[in-house]
Amino acid sequence: MPGNEGLAVIELEQVAYSYGGGELLSDLSIRLSPGSFHFLTGPSGSGKTTFLKLCYGELQATAGQVRAFETDMRALDRDQMAMMRRRMGIVHQDCRFLDHLPVADNVALPLTVSGRDLGQENANLAELLSWVGLSDRADARPPELSGGERQRAALARAVIMSPDVVLADEPTGNVDWDMSQRLLQLLIELNKMGKTVLIATHDLALIRAAKSQVQARVLRISNRRLQLAGADL
Amino acid sequence: MNAIINLIVGDAQADRVVPPTGFTARLTLFASGAMAFLTVFALALSLASGRLAHRWAEELARSATIRISAPADQMAAQTEAALTVLKQTPGVASARALSAAEQAALLAPWFGPDLPLDQLPMPQLVEVIEDSTGYDAQGLRLRLAAEVPGATLDDHTRWRKPLVDAARSLRRLGWISILLIGGAMAAMITLAAQAALAANHQVIEVLRLVGARDNYIALAFVRRFTIRAFLGATVGVVLGLAGVLLLPSASDEGGFLTGLGFQGATWLWPVLIPPLGALVALLATGAAARRTLRRLS
Repeated sequence: MPGNEGLAVIELEQVAYSYGGGELLSDLSIRLSPGSFHFLTGPSGSGKTTFLKLCYGELQATAGQVRAFETDMRALDRDQMAMMRRRMGIVHQDCRFLDHLPVADNVALPLTVSGRDLGQENANLAELLSWVGLSDRADARPPELSGGERQRAALARAVIMSPDVVLADEPTGNVDWDMSQRLLQLLIELNKMGKTVLIATHDLALIRAAKSQVQARVLRISNRRLQLAGADL
Repeated sequence: MNAIINLIVGDAQADRVVPPTGFTARLTLFASGAMAFLTVFALALSLASGRLAHRWAEELARSATIRISAPADQMAAQTEAALTVLKQTPGVASARALSAAEQAALLAPWFGPDLPLDQLPMPQLVEVIEDSTGYDAQGLRLRLAAEVPGATLDDHTRWRKPLVDAARSLRRLGWISILLIGGAMAAMITLAAQAALAANHQVIEVLRLVGARDNYIALAFVRRFTIRAFLGATVGVVLGLAGVLLLPSASDEGGFLTGLGFQGATWLWPVLIPPLGALVALLATGAAARRTLRRLS
């Protein structure tokens, strides 16, 4: 994104998050530049999902500042937050679909809520479903999908608005190795298109596989703090 | 303004994001239908009471009766004197003495047609019709007392006022009932909307995750409840009007109850009930949606 090289897509500055009287994350500082690729790892319960939720504003930091596209997230009202999320593609750990709608409508949901004319977006939608290998499952309901298909549908929904950043929480959590490689390739392809990608995962094999294909920084949450992971990965 | 246009025109795609929910849909349809049905009857009652109050007030206020009780040999003279006084009284349009046959007809319902009234010491009745300016009842009484000692003026005030008051109270009660029905309908639809919103909190989370604004989410629910309330109220009004049509038609013998219904242009009033019901649903659901979305943020 020419001219935006100096701007951070997401920036955390001395962020802490407390819950139920205890501090879950503390003194987090990180800057995600446009077009960068980051992995976020750490043991289960270390706060990876919380970190992502802070990035897309589902949770508010109890100390420090979270900025998205140079805007303090705390300063946003609910409508402004909605507009902000249209610039973010979020792949939730449990995917979260509207079970009464077919897969194609779920994937197109960001277009629907932003008031875009779906008639004009049909070709893009079909191409995207084909890209994630779900063309033949377009009319299925989400509960009929396998774990891998759900993850791919969630990824397609996350990128249909061509967001500036993709935040994925364990996108390969419920799929076999082959499927996780396929999903990884999709995310790498997005990154090559200039999108910033942040993947939270505890799957170190996936990180190793990615590092051979893309220049990725690996962050680790340990003892509530964020560290840059070393060569052990 | 855009929100109102969106509400009316709708967006088929946006409508689908909220899943159809069973019991809240049925509750809204039933509540709005039942309330519209009751509103038709409350409206019919109120309008009929209004007509009655108006008629009694108009008819009775324009007429009065003078009763002359005098010995038989003075009766004709006192009647003539009373008519002379009435002719000279400003505000009296006309006055005439009732004939013996007319007086007999008035008593017939109580004593039967065969009563020999000519053998009884009957008072003479004089019917007085006032003009639009009206007359001074107190002044007329004083003049009659001076010039026609056997005459008593009855301007019907004693028994007209409570009747008119009763009819007006009935009309007021009808309107209060309509307001209460509207309030009860709003409360029921609010409960249904809150239940639907609470049951769909995961849908709301997903919509927010993909960038839906609160107005978009609220409108999806508001439209659904407004349309349901309109449909339910339409059915209720149709059934209510059928019920009113089945009531006996107005007649003198039936009195007030047979006049319960709509007349002339007032038949158009029930047409307003479905849009008003939809408006109540729109406001109630809108308020419930705003509250719930604020709480879920």
